[in-house]
Amino acid sequence: MEILLSKPGQKIILLGNEAICRGALEAGVNFVSTYPGTPASEIGNIFYKISKKVGVYFEFSTNEKVAMEAAAGASFSGLRSLVAMKHFGLNVASDFLLPLAYSGVKGGMVIFVADDPSGWSSAQSEQNTRWYAQMSHLPMLEPSTPQECKDFIKFAFNLSEKFQIPIIIRTTTRASHQSAPVKLDQIPRSSSKVPKFIKDPHCFSTMPPRVLEMKKELFEKIEKIKKISEDSKFNQLVRGRASNQLKLGIITSGISYLYVMEALKELTPHHHVGGGLPVLKLGFIYPLPEKKIKNFIKNLKKVLIVEELEPYLEREIKILAKEVNPKLKVYGKEGQPIEGGRIWKERKAILPQIGELKPEYVLLAVARFSGKKLKFDSKKHLEKFEKVKIPQRLPIFCPGCPYWFIFSAIKKVVDLNNVIFGGEIGCYMMTNHPVVNLQDYLYCMGSANGIAHGISKSTKQKLITFVGDSSFFHAGIPALINTVFNKSNPLVIIFDNQTAAMTGHQPHPGVGKKPEENGVEPIKIEDIVKACGVKNLKVIDQVNQKEEFQKALKEFLEKDEVSVIVARHKCALLEKKHGK
Amino acid sequence: MENKNFNLVIVGIGGQGQITLMKILAQAALLEKKEVKTSELHGLSQRGGSVEVQMRFGKEIFSPLVFQAGADLILALEMHESLRALYYCSEKTKFLINRNLIPIPGQTSLSEEEILKAIKKFTKKITIINATEICKKEFGNEILAGIYLIGYGVYKKMIPLKPKSVLNAIKKLIPEKYLESNLKAFKLASASEAVK
Repeated sequence: MEILLSKPGQKIILLGNEAICRGALEAGVNFVSTYPGTPASEIGNIFYKISKKVGVYFEFSTNEKVAMEAAAGASFSGLRSLVAMKHFGLNVASDFLLPLAYSGVKGGMVIFVADDPSGWSSAQSEQNTRWYAQMSHLPMLEPSTPQECKDFIKFAFNLSEKFQIPIIIRTTTRASHQSAPVKLDQIPRSSSKVPKFIKDPHCFSTMPPRVLEMKKELFEKIEKIKKISEDSKFNQLVRGRASNQLKLGIITSGISYLYVMEALKELTPHHHVGGGLPVLKLGFIYPLPEKKIKNFIKNLKKVLIVEELEPYLEREIKILAKEVNPKLKVYGKEGQPIEGGRIWKERKAILPQIGELKPEYVLLAVARFSGKKLKFDSKKHLEKFEKVKIPQRLPIFCPGCPYWFIFSAIKKVVDLNNVIFGGEIGCYMMTNHPVVNLQDYLYCMGSANGIAHGISKSTKQKLITFVGDSSFFHAGIPALINTVFNKSNPLVIIFDNQTAAMTGHQPHPGVGKKPEENGVEPIKIEDIVKACGVKNLKVIDQVNQKEEFQKALKEFLEKDEVSVIVARHKCALLEKKHGK
Repeated sequence: MENKNFNLVIVGIGGQGQITLMKILAQAALLEKKEVKTSELHGLSQRGGSVEVQMRFGKEIFSPLVFQAGADLILALEMHESLRALYYCSEKTKFLINRNLIPIPGQTSLSEEEILKAIKKFTKKITIINATEICKKEFGNEILAGIYLIGYGVYKKMIPLKPKSVLNAIKKLIPEKYLESNLKAFKLASASEAVK
């Protein structure tokens, strides 16, 4: 972490997410909030460690919506704020995001969101967060390299402050989790500005009819930012060496840009940077530099769009082509879908919409697009690889994990065939592993009990739901109250291992704060459960009170109302690190 | 190797230290004024799942990911995991494998012979060393197997980086408490012989 505070002028190797942190520091960020979620979790982990030293306020908020609201509050008070989250987090925060766009902000505010194509660190779904920019009318930037992560976020803070509008920085997994040397600049001394919220109902109260005026103001801001997008070096024409007689071009952004350049280098090894084809690299995902794009495509016969997940740029560019070059053939993902690395035939999409891109998918696509033959037969190699018998090594609970004791108790006393098991997001989502096999459904945080209620009301089947401690604070409480208020009877087991373990052991309200962090008493899960109106409640250490735990399971399964067992035992990894 | 980029894939399971190894080699490449990019994956890695990291260095590097069949060297910290890296393996690829078979929960493990047979269909350039066993014996700590393995790779010139740069990178990145044993494990590999 200390390396992040190295002196200006140096070049150090940084992860994309680390470069985001350094860039925020160089931009003079004052306030950082987050809810942990990979591939964005490093942002919180880093500020958690260094915030005191660098004089920045940092918090792990209870969920992403609260984190965004907190960051906005800081911005309304004139500070520069950063809020970071993974893609799903933006869904949680979206209720606030849209009106926030209307009102705008005061101090520079940056929203960092990392998408996770292929779901390397995510259950639930893939998600292309780019459409949030269109829906909310908030500018969105997409860096390709760690250096750009740093440069873009600094630019974003200034842009945000200039137009009083939050800016979204969006990455995908590989952009966040690649490392490369980054050149460091100065971190400013903490400013002497005194934060103050100045009362003005005109500014932050989104009541009609004012809210519609705000929408108009938002559109005006976006029109101005469009001009900046047109002139920005972040939307950059990367020319190949040869003159473009083929009338072919490529438009790309984010991590995909790097694959495009690698592919062009591979196809034309003797040429300089980028080989023969012109490449338009887009750093602004919204608003797009429409004139720049129109200029680029107007004389082309064919254009290839390279981007991860669903075809956002491709659709936008097709619309622009209608105006300036209706005959333009646009190649990318639309059409009959393909899987990455598979052979491409005419009229099919040439890049996959599912899963993250790999450099060879892009190489294949660029080769097909530009009519070049590859010596390497990727399909043949892939088929050979797929014939290799490789036992899958799925992630599994650590040796000594207290959760094992929950599963063994359930397997001992519960009729597994006649009870439905609802899961949620956290380590305990690995209950789908064949050796545990206790998961009948899994969606987002807070959903285990929401869905359980509906099943229980509809079928009278018995349910056991698994809710994590951090997940309970994040989104678990409204669903639990609903089971009480609208009367259903799932048996809820709250997996309280005293930490947000899956994302790297971040603290949550249930453990409070140590004296050196200004000391906060733990907010007890059982007190909240009681206050929700749950009558059947037990707090049991499933490791040291095995009998009691089994007894409680049996007893609570018979209940007609909702019942809750808080299974409390510290994460084994933390026990190893800090002691019991 | 002078003008060609070097493409490295390191595979193993969570907790074997792949990310640290990658950081050390990347730092060493930077010290030698090479362009360098790496890619790592987090999240579920701590839970004993497969972990793969990649690194490319040389001149004019764009992608942080190695092409399919594009690895110059694959370092496997665990034998089953070496199979997953065959995606990056061509007949030119060298394999440097730690003789270490960690069972897979809920599945039948493969034997060393079965694994080698599968790899040989892709490349004949396979080196196996007893890194885990040696590090357990010498240091009472098998986590050092990774450092030992890159030590072997560097001293036997399978990784085109100077031992001195890697040693400097280790000094820069490894905390004081563990530094001595890491340096020893790295240097010990210079005298090591391959099993096969």
